[in-house]
Amino acid sequence: MKALDRKLLRDLAQMKSQVLAIALVVMCGVGTFIMFLSTLEALRVTQNSYYRDYRFADVFSSLKRAPESLRQRVLDIPGVDQAETRVKAQVRVDMPGFPEPVTALMVSVSDRGRHGLNALHLREGRLPSPWRADEVVVSTPFAQAHALQLGARFYAILNGRRQALTVVGTALSPEFIQQLRPGSAFPDYKRYGVMWMARRALGQAYDMEGAFNDLALSLQPYADSQYVIDRIDELLKPYGGLGAYTREDQLSHRFLTQELQQLGTLARLFPAIFMGIAAFLLNVVIGRLVAMQREQVATLKAFGYSTLAVLWHYLKMVSVIVGLGIVGGAALGVWLGKLLSGIYMEFYHFPYLKFALRPGTALLAAAISLLAAGAGTVFAVWRAATLRPAQAMRPEPPARYRETWVEKLGLKRWLSQPARMIIRHIQRQQFKSMLTVLGIAIAGGMILTGLFQRDTVGYMINIQFGMKQREDLALTFTDPTAYRARFDLLGLPEVRHVEVFRAVPVRLRHAHHSYRTNIRGIESGGDMARLLDADLRPAALPSEGILLTDFLAGMLDVRVGDRVIIEVLEGNRPVRETVVAGLVREYLGVSGYMHLAALNRFMQEGPTISGAYLNIDSAQLQSLYSRLKEMPRVAGVTERVQEIRNFNHVMRETMLFFTYVATVFAVIIAFGVIYNSARIALTERGRELASLRVLGFTRAEITYILLGELGLLTLFAIPLGLWLGRGMCYYIAHTMQNDLFRVPVVLVPQTYAFAATVVLVSALLSGLAVRRRLNQLDLIAVLKAAE
Amino acid sequence: MPAGLMTYSEQSAAAAANPIFVARGLTKIYQMGEVQVQALRGVDLDLYAGEFVVLLGPSGSGKSTLLNILGGLDTPTSGSVRYAGCDLSLDDDASMTQYRRTHVGFVFQFYNLIPSLTARENVALVTEIAENPMSPEQALTLVGLSERLDHFPAQLSGGEQQRVAIARAVAKRPQVLLCDEPTGALDAQTGVMVLDVIARVNRELGTTTVVITHNAVIAAIADRVIYFGDGLVARIEHNEHKKTATELRW
Repeated sequence: MKALDRKLLRDLAQMKSQVLAIALVVMCGVGTFIMFLSTLEALRVTQNSYYRDYRFADVFSSLKRAPESLRQRVLDIPGVDQAETRVKAQVRVDMPGFPEPVTALMVSVSDRGRHGLNALHLREGRLPSPWRADEVVVSTPFAQAHALQLGARFYAILNGRRQALTVVGTALSPEFIQQLRPGSAFPDYKRYGVMWMARRALGQAYDMEGAFNDLALSLQPYADSQYVIDRIDELLKPYGGLGAYTREDQLSHRFLTQELQQLGTLARLFPAIFMGIAAFLLNVVIGRLVAMQREQVATLKAFGYSTLAVLWHYLKMVSVIVGLGIVGGAALGVWLGKLLSGIYMEFYHFPYLKFALRPGTALLAAAISLLAAGAGTVFAVWRAATLRPAQAMRPEPPARYRETWVEKLGLKRWLSQPARMIIRHIQRQQFKSMLTVLGIAIAGGMILTGLFQRDTVGYMINIQFGMKQREDLALTFTDPTAYRARFDLLGLPEVRHVEVFRAVPVRLRHAHHSYRTNIRGIESGGDMARLLDADLRPAALPSEGILLTDFLAGMLDVRVGDRVIIEVLEGNRPVRETVVAGLVREYLGVSGYMHLAALNRFMQEGPTISGAYLNIDSAQLQSLYSRLKEMPRVAGVTERVQEIRNFNHVMRETMLFFTYVATVFAVIIAFGVIYNSARIALTERGRELASLRVLGFTRAEITYILLGELGLLTLFAIPLGLWLGRGMCYYIAHTMQNDLFRVPVVLVPQTYAFAATVVLVSALLSGLAVRRRLNQLDLIAVLKAAE
Repeated sequence: MPAGLMTYSEQSAAAAANPIFVARGLTKIYQMGEVQVQALRGVDLDLYAGEFVVLLGPSGSGKSTLLNILGGLDTPTSGSVRYAGCDLSLDDDASMTQYRRTHVGFVFQFYNLIPSLTARENVALVTEIAENPMSPEQALTLVGLSERLDHFPAQLSGGEQQRVAIARAVAKRPQVLLCDEPTGALDAQTGVMVLDVIARVNRELGTTTVVITHNAVIAAIADRVIYFGDGLVARIEHNEHKKTATELRW
């Protein structure tokens, strides 16, 4: 080993705690980078191969009923590759030993079996035999939720007829990666599942022999999807087509896409922060080291080492520090990436997950870290390395200080000499002080980004289920039902209060914007289903016109008073215009709302309802469930408490991971920045402090001078950090905002207090670590040595 | 009668009865890595109130070690050292800090000023924690720097910086002024000026003054010259005819 490399290793050993602190920050940067990118990569690769291997369709459309012969005409449309006609039905299922009504989406299995579109990935068992009417394949998560074994039997109500079904297999489908009950934002595999039956059996039950009510197509490469959609809509119009749409509007695919987009946002934000901080720390630490080694640099140059050789020496030192971080970060990233991918895999029930750290991702992380670190150091080293040896061998002249603006304002006489030392030192190193403040602030901010999701979820639950949806049970009918069903429900002994609603699938149009959703007609003055305005006060329901979710109004580019076109997607499908009477605020989904009577008028129907909200005697829930199971028109029931549980469950599964990771990493940043700043301050000012000790200053007094500066910077950093953190939360919330859900930025005072406390404690620990060294100051040596 | 106005013979008569430092059998062994260095090998010494002592000797003769022990910066390995009856050989950081704070003024070869404080503030740093100090202005006037009160160290010459250091050392009216090579980093002319200030402080304030040097010329301004060699007091000389600093040439 060369002598110079030996020096390098010894120098590193000398400052091992600082090396460790920086390497940890780099490790967090590389770790988050690899975690996010490898997870993103794994999910994308898995998604793509899953879609490809199981032929996930490109275009979808539901319709009322069309003869099978139409399939050939679909295939004749230019651009269409394969077409799959299907029968789909929402059915009620009676699971043995589970009192609540369960809803299932029953889908016919392609006659072509594994070769059709949206093929099933069988986890267990086999596909239903085409000739058997009692065989069913259930989705794997549903089977898991009910602990269903092959051969298990349960009853389903198919088109009003109770029919026994036997589980012959469990399966996953690219079409239902995310399985959501319509109108629900969170999966509930106990109460909603997807099931597959033979086409014949399902067709017979629903009067669809030789006919279909759902269509899925794949497109040829480079096909014009909009053209195909227009042709399909034309073709299906006489058959009650509900409007074709591409994958981008397919619910399961959209959820997954949104999730990947959010991951992408975080993948950019967090590593950038860590790399910036690491570059700053390296600049400060290496800059200081080089300044202290001025004489050594000069000696090396006097012996004939070139400027480049000296530069290279220090860059090697930086590379070792960053290299430690990269190696640790890669290991951390793979570990966290597997953990995170595992969470996603479980959440989305992928049949497999192709996790592999691509060399490119690791190399990119390494390159970014080295570049950031190099940029952080090259300047400091260059300055020392280009000094003339004779000049570098002379000690640096005393640093220049001047009075600060604080003193010039006339506050000087209130400041003790130590206080003046502190503020003048800060002013002399304004840039570095600012970066220190920024570094600490970012640590505080990062804690907020980790915690805000928890606060927000609490808030959303409170709004959604405390102010908006206040019923105990929401019940939907299989078909639109006469208003008088309300009285039947009210007649049930367990039911205290009933409010009814009508839900109509529609496409809303304004100018060139359009959006598929539901219009919900509700009764005015309702107490269980309420609408909230932008200030979250109950909004009045107009007797005419429609209320839109404010986000939907934005998507359609309409304002209150504008007119929108409503294309109803059921019944005889009227198309009419109505006025936007107002906007409502909600965080889950987007919809239109009308007065129940107005919607019935709009639909040109008598008093008709689609479901009801029930206020019940909760002690009698079980007896109500068994009563509702006897009512064939009841398609499904959702319990509000259960919705809250589902909501919390999803949040716990996915978001808490980020909370922990962000908090731990924030502590590392705070410690890395503060500890390094304190150590640098100690080396820069050790002589000064030792002189003060000789003059009779106590340890506490010099500790005040050394740590007072950092304390002051930390105090500046905390409010800035809380402000920055809020901004980061708004950024994250903004990127998460979509029609499926909007995340409001809610930060409770405790969260701010927690973030501030974590920063303060990190600062205190760093201070204590440095104070230990302060007690070991060599008072005598310092007097003997020249500056 | 203030000590500063006493003649030398009166002072030594008073001092003889009352040595301010009494050192007996002082040894100091440093562990330098794996090597032991014996800096003091059994020093017996009395220093008297108000006297001006020069410690003379080559590098490594133990004079700085002695000064550090007298100043409460270091403790002896064995032996005893008492200041006005108090034991200085105890290794007690708090009481040593208190001792330095109230009784001792230090002047160093490299000044050790705080670069972020002006001349006045460097002195104030000490007067703010002292019990009965002179004002910073008074102290700086004493060293002839009344015109440079608000200059930062970076704006002062070496001699001026050393005079600020002296003002800082004496402003608390210490009983003892300890100077370790105060002229070591200065040219002859500036050195003379600094020594003149130190002698004046000794004369006018009656501060017991100990100056370490290896410049034999400086010995001429002392009351007593203590020669050090190899960790021991080699000999002690009394100057019957003290020179003034301005008479020195080297």
